[in-house]
Amino acid sequence: MSLDKFLVVSAALFCCGLYTIMTRRNGVALLMGVELILNAANINFVAFSHYLGKVMGGQIFAVFVIVIAAAEAAVALSIFLRLFATAGSVEVDTADSLKN
Amino acid sequence: MADLVFVLLSILTVVSALIVAGNSSVIYSAVGLLFTFMGVAGLYVLASADFLAATQMLVYVGGILVLILFAVFLSNRISDAKLSNPTHMRVPSAIVCIALFGLMSNAAVTTEWAVKTNVEYAPTTAVLGRLLMTKYLLPFEVVSVLLLAALIGAALLSRPESAKAALKPDMEEGQ
Repeated sequence: MSLDKFLVVSAALFCCGLYTIMTRRNGVALLMGVELILNAANINFVAFSHYLGKVMGGQIFAVFVIVIAAAEAAVALSIFLRLFATAGSVEVDTADSLKN
Repeated sequence: MADLVFVLLSILTVVSALIVAGNSSVIYSAVGLLFTFMGVAGLYVLASADFLAATQMLVYVGGILVLILFAVFLSNRISDAKLSNPTHMRVPSAIVCIALFGLMSNAAVTTEWAVKTNVEYAPTTAVLGRLLMTKYLLPFEVVSVLLLAALIGAALLSRPESAKAALKPDMEEGQ
């Protein structure tokens, strides 16, 4: 258990989240990918704070990231519910009425 | 002992993240996300962030995941659809992600980090609370206003149209 192992786990989590975002069209699944990436970033903050930091700055930042993630999830999910009511699906590529 | 726990938690986290990424059902992805969040909370404990681990369990598992599950149930026609979640462009995405993982883990392993000599494990709640009320007071207040605005916006946005129409005459009378 050392800093670089934490970073490798966080890199794996980040790449899973990136793969989810790149391959999915379902809006809710995209949001899950975003949450994975935010968690990967948080692991990095906490690990750097534990192994390198002299003050708790990294952990404070992780708290703020969690708050922002909660706000983002609430707004994004209500947008997807509205999209489902209007377009009948949460597939993000069906939301193209501005283009047509 | 701690190393063994770290390995087990890492395997739990990464395997369930792979389930989130690869499974074709949104429900299974959401359950995978549950175990990923739990594994990450365990990793926080191993990095001496006990308060953050509790916050992770409360906010992510108790809040965000329930929200996501509700969105899954409300945004699929349970009766006729099979809650499918198809994937597109799998191979190019997988190549990009594996290459990026190799790059990032190589950078993490080869860099010589200036790790401090006295890595200690101590309770963090008191220190975090003091910092939030002194040095980080302004960001704390800003983020609380942001959270309030986001939640009001979300509540208004997910209101059905009929409720909005019923609300309007009252507002006009009020003016």
